[in-house]
Amino acid sequence: MAIDIKEIIKPENIVYKKSSLLTDNVMHYCPGCTHGVVNRLVAEVIEEMGIQEETIGVTPVGCAVLLYNYIDIDWQEAAHGRAPALGTAIKRLRPDRYVFTYQGDGDLAAIGTAETIHACNRGEKIVMIFINNGIYGMTGGQMAPTTLEGMKTATSPFGRDASHDGLPIKITEIVATLPGTSYVTRQAAHTANSVRKLKKALKKAFLNQKEGKGTSFIEVVSTCSSGWKLNPVDSNKWMEDNMFPYFPLGDIKDE
Amino acid sequence: MKGNEAIAEAAIRCGVDGYFGYPITPQSEVMETLMDNKPWETTGMVVLQAESEIASINMLYGGAGCGKKVMTSSSSPGISLMQEGLTYLAGAELPCLVVNVVRGGPGLGTIQPAQSDYFQAVKGGGHGDYKLIVLAPASVQEMSDFVELAFDLAFKYRNPAMILSDGMIGQMMEKVEMKPFKPRWTNEEIAEMHPWATTGKPASRERNIITSVELDPNAFERFNLKLQAKYKTIQENEVRCEMINCDDAEYLFVAYGSSARICQKAVDLLRAKGIKAGLLRPITLFPFPTKQIQSLVGNLKGILSVELSMGQMVEDVRLAVGQSVPVEHFGRVGGVIHSPEEVVEALEKKIIGG
Repeated sequence: MAIDIKEIIKPENIVYKKSSLLTDNVMHYCPGCTHGVVNRLVAEVIEEMGIQEETIGVTPVGCAVLLYNYIDIDWQEAAHGRAPALGTAIKRLRPDRYVFTYQGDGDLAAIGTAETIHACNRGEKIVMIFINNGIYGMTGGQMAPTTLEGMKTATSPFGRDASHDGLPIKITEIVATLPGTSYVTRQAAHTANSVRKLKKALKKAFLNQKEGKGTSFIEVVSTCSSGWKLNPVDSNKWMEDNMFPYFPLGDIKDE
Repeated sequence: MKGNEAIAEAAIRCGVDGYFGYPITPQSEVMETLMDNKPWETTGMVVLQAESEIASINMLYGGAGCGKKVMTSSSSPGISLMQEGLTYLAGAELPCLVVNVVRGGPGLGTIQPAQSDYFQAVKGGGHGDYKLIVLAPASVQEMSDFVELAFDLAFKYRNPAMILSDGMIGQMMEKVEMKPFKPRWTNEEIAEMHPWATTGKPASRERNIITSVELDPNAFERFNLKLQAKYKTIQENEVRCEMINCDDAEYLFVAYGSSARICQKAVDLLRAKGIKAGLLRPITLFPFPTKQIQSLVGNLKGILSVELSMGQMVEDVRLAVGQSVPVEHFGRVGGVIHSPEEVVEALEKKIIGG
C-alpha cells in the first residue's frame, strides 16, 4: 500500500524545520556561501532561548548588510566597521537586552579594528560574530586583512605578497589577549559536525551575555565561492586545505 | 560656571540617557564635569569615554536607534572625524545632540576660538543631501538652555542637532540659571513615544530596522524628497533669531555666537556716534533667518557679516538679500578675536565709506 505523504508530515515526525524567526525573504547570498547557514543558526539560537523580544542585532557593511531582512528581530545597520560602537551603546543603554554584532573580515579587522579592539577591551557584554572568508565579497573580491599569502584577489592579482601587504591578521587571537573578552572561539560551518559545534558556540555566547560575562567573540572561517572563483564543493576543500592551517579551529579562550 | 560645564549640567538635568565622547581642547570640561557629577548614580545617565570621535558618534547612532537621548561634544578636528557618523544619523533619521566648541582650522590648527566650521555645520558636512539643526549660543545661559531645545527639535523632526559654539563661549564664565531636573524617559515611555526605535520586537509589531541603506533608486529618491520636505518644514517653523536695535537701523551687523556679543558692543559705540546700527543675531543657523534679514532690507544701506572666519555665513546673508543692499564680510581668524572697535572701523571702511 502506498504511503500518503500526509501520513508522514506530522508534528511528531518532524526532525528539522525552518526557524520561526527566519523570514520568508529570499536570501541574496551566493550559492555555497556560509552566511546563510550562520544567519539560520543565529535565528535558531534566539528562538530556542526565547529571546526574540529582548534581542537587538547590529548588521555590518558588506555581504551581511541586508541580514535584517532575514531574522525577525529589531536591527540596526551600522556604518562600515562601526558595529561594535553601536553595540556598546545599545547594551549600555539597554542592559536588559541581548545585543550582538555580525561583521565580515574587512569590516571587523580592517576599517573597524579600533572599534573591535576597544569594545573587546572594555569587555562590552555583547556577542560579536565575525565571518572570515579572506576576501571582500560585496565589493567584488578585493584583498581583505585576512587574505592568505599568495591568494589572488582583484587587488592582489598576483597573490598577496607578504613583503608588500604583510601577513593576514589573526584578530581573533588578538582579542583573546584582551582582559575584557570572556569567550573567544574560531569555528566553521561547512559540515554537519562544524554546524553543530558552531551552534553550540553561539548558544554559549548568548548565555554568557545572560550571565553578564565579558565579550564573547566567535570567528567563523567561511567560504566565498564567488570571490574565490571556485564552486561550493571546491571552496570547502580549499578552505580546509588553506584557511584552517592558518586559522585553526577551536576555543582560544573560555573563562 | 563655564560654558562647557553648563552643557554638562544641563544634560544631566534634562534627562539625557547617554554621553559618549573623546577628549579635545577646548571642550574637555564637558566630559570631565559629567564624570565628576557621576550621574549614573543619580539619574542613571551613562557617560563613556570612547576610543575616538568616530566611535563616539557611532555610539550615538546605537543609542539614538534605541530611542534614547544621547549626545557628544567635541571640537573642530574631532567633529570632522564625526562627519561619517552624522550623515548616517541623518540618513537613518535619528535624533541626537552634537556640541561643537569650535577652534581655529584648517588642520590641527589652534585651540583658540573660531567660527570657521559654519559651512560644515549648516551645509551638511558629510556626504549626501542632508542638514543638521544648528543652534548658536551666545552666552553660557544659552549653552545650558540649548541642550534641552536641541533635543526637543531633534526628536520632533527625527534629525541630528548641533550646538555650534566656540572656544570663547565654552571657556567663558557667566552666571547661569539652571532648569529644574526632568526625569529620563522610561523604556516603556520610549517604546510608546518612539515606535520606530529598536527596543526589542514584541509580537504586536513588525521588526524595527534602523538603517540608511536603500538600493532601489526610485525608493531612495522618494526618501531624499521626504528628507527635503522635512528640512523645508524646519525652515518654515523653527527659525530663531534676536534683533537688537533693528527697527530704525540703516546699517546691520549679522553675527552669531561670540561675534554677536562683540557686535552688540559695536552697535553701542556706533549709536553713540549717531550712526544707526543694529544687530541681527541668528540663533538657528540652520534654519537660517533668511526672511528676518529680508524684512529689514527696506531701511538698510549696508550689511556687515561679522564672523571669526574668512567669510562663510556671509554667503547665506548674500543669498538672502541678493543685490538689494551691499553685503560685506569682516572677520579675524586663527584664534584672533576682533575687538568692538575693529568691528566699528570695518563697518565704517567697508560699508559706510565704501
